[in-house]
Amino acid sequence: MSKGAYMGRFIAVAGAAALVLTGCAGGAQETGSTTDGGTTTEGEVTLEFSQWWEPELPAGAFRALMDQFEAENPGITVELLSGPYASTKEQVVAGAAAGTMSDVVGLDGAWVSDFAQQGAIADLTAVMADVGYDDSELASQVQVDGATYMIPVVNFVYPMFTNDALLDAAGVAAPPTTRSEFADAAAAITEGDAYGWILPLSLEAPNGIQNDVMSWVWASGGSMLDGGQPALVDNADVSSATEFIQGLWDDGVIAPGAFTMKEQDKVEEFTNGRVGMMIDSLAHVNLIRESNPDLEFSISAIPADDGYDGERGIPYASWGIGVAENSEHKAEAFKLVEFLMSESVNSELSSIANAFPGNVGSVPDFVEQDEVFGTAFEIYQSGFPANEFTGLPVAEQLMRDFGEEFQRSLDGQQSMQDALAAAQAKWEREF
Amino acid sequence: MSQTTRPPRDALAVRPPAPARDVGARARSISRLKRRLTPYGFLTPTGVLLVILMITPIVMVVTYSLLDGVITNQNPAFVGFDNYVEVLTNPVFFTAVRNTLVFTISSVVVHFAIGLGFALMLNSPLLGNRTKGLFRVLYILPWLFTVAIVAVLWRLLLNPNGVVNYLLGAFGVTDGQTEWLASTSTALAAVTFINIWSGYPFFMISLLAGLQGIPRELYEAARVDGAGAWSQFLHVTIPQLRPIIISMALLDFIWTTQQFALIWMTTGGGPITSTEMLSTFTYKLAFTRYDFSLASASAVLVLLMSMVLAFFYVRHQKSRD
Repeated sequence: MSKGAYMGRFIAVAGAAALVLTGCAGGAQETGSTTDGGTTTEGEVTLEFSQWWEPELPAGAFRALMDQFEAENPGITVELLSGPYASTKEQVVAGAAAGTMSDVVGLDGAWVSDFAQQGAIADLTAVMADVGYDDSELASQVQVDGATYMIPVVNFVYPMFTNDALLDAAGVAAPPTTRSEFADAAAAITEGDAYGWILPLSLEAPNGIQNDVMSWVWASGGSMLDGGQPALVDNADVSSATEFIQGLWDDGVIAPGAFTMKEQDKVEEFTNGRVGMMIDSLAHVNLIRESNPDLEFSISAIPADDGYDGERGIPYASWGIGVAENSEHKAEAFKLVEFLMSESVNSELSSIANAFPGNVGSVPDFVEQDEVFGTAFEIYQSGFPANEFTGLPVAEQLMRDFGEEFQRSLDGQQSMQDALAAAQAKWEREF
Repeated sequence: MSQTTRPPRDALAVRPPAPARDVGARARSISRLKRRLTPYGFLTPTGVLLVILMITPIVMVVTYSLLDGVITNQNPAFVGFDNYVEVLTNPVFFTAVRNTLVFTISSVVVHFAIGLGFALMLNSPLLGNRTKGLFRVLYILPWLFTVAIVAVLWRLLLNPNGVVNYLLGAFGVTDGQTEWLASTSTALAAVTFINIWSGYPFFMISLLAGLQGIPRELYEAARVDGAGAWSQFLHVTIPQLRPIIISMALLDFIWTTQQFALIWMTTGGGPITSTEMLSTFTYKLAFTRYDFSLASASAVLVLLMSMVLAFFYVRHQKSRD
């Protein structure tokens, strides 16, 4: 046999062996390390912390906070696993399924119920009791079956933005405070070159149902739930809010393209001065200012039903935090949670994130420095944060289910009452 | 008295002191064994990769489809074909099948028509080489964009305030207010159009290569027989291109049925369910309802449908060989 033939056989056999061995080695490594996201080396604990916050903050700002935590807690190192929101969500879902979740995870309220049912995230009520933590300084906690699974670290509220110039041109003296005033203002703006309001109802990212539709219910003190169960039918609050939006739609004051519009499209249309009013996250204030420095806009509370004078709910989204059930370092992981929720750190984090704090004693510095944020903080404090989707099972699917039926109604395929009944039936199946 | 007992045969056999003949036989048998195993050695890497990358995931998905609440439930129960029944009794599944067929068949037919038209133009002796080069670059451009770029580009162009509406309004073709992607009456047509725009160059390039391989003698013979341009096209060009056309059409059909990113990034399957495809339907089951069992059942159904197409493709390729 020629030397070349021997060499060929050797390469083939070695290749096969290498593949098999690599597979085996990979499996062994995985088995050994994945029961716990963090690692321990000679008394040193490394905590993995997966979140989408770091990329959304000024460069290096979040790492600096982690460095501060490490300095205050010798022996604990934090490894940040950062990515965009969508990929973090996929990573967390996959980690929950495979039991490889990071020790500390950034959470959205919409995920909590599913992860809690799955047993992927730890019962923080028990952890807090174990370490003797006083939770009275927490502004809110997301609970499932009476146990806390997520703590909102900072909150992004969704007030109403109004384009001052368009309102002036339409003869509207001040941002509307009631639904009637809002409808009149929207009609007046639409008579000009812009649309009165913008409503993103994309089914790809159906959070418009939460922020732009249900916010009308919460702003008037209403609820879409009754005892934690869906209550869309025979609910005067939900009926009046959805009928109100249907009226705006029929009047043609809502910007076109709503059925596939996403949140970023909404912000872009408002920034370009093509719509007079929108409900949006306070987190976009800087983006709007950078994109269109000449745009003058105001922030106000979402208009309530005529005659309503109670406290107004204001929708919000949170950067929440939780601890993985499979973490072997729950006590250390909770130290990180405690650190982020402490008054001074929470003030700092909410300041750099342009968000409202999760600690009742924290005050972000932008509130005093910026009029828009100051106004928003007043609205936030005078009302109550409202987001009934937080903690519900398959929250995103509930929004999509509602969105489909709502679109059918706006499209004239069914009445709004039929839409609510159909959405209720779908929600009941999910619950 | 003597008794003679015949010793066992083996005991009598006196083994020769390892004669050179036996050593040689053993070496030959080892060599034969090696020769026999060598092909398997070469095949092993491919085999291992096939098992890891193809067979294992497919077996896992099929297994998941027979369990209830897999992944999210730590102890999923065996439910037989219940998940298949649930998927097949969901009216949205059939809407997705119908939309997928409309989207796919329209895309493949128009890909072929445009691809062939442009390939004929680029192969025409009526155009100079520079002109052909310019059009070749222009025509192939859509193929160079990734799906994400295509989606963003057309979302902007088809925006109610976008360029398309402006131009159509300016020329009086429409009122300039059409919600191309956001209206139930136009969304499916709009995403199909985008898919056609981004996919025809693949057909064009393949058909152009086929056209350039048709012997000139065939056209000369046809002309001698009195065939005009149309007859030459029908009786020379098309028969010569038929193997490429069939292969391309089957491949395009399989790929287009699996289109997900474009739909997801332009309409998300909406408005309502007007652009819901099998791919988006399955994705939503998995990643918004976290029902991986139902999603697996849906994926297995899609796999079976794709296998029918793949069967015809393989049969066609075999018949060519």
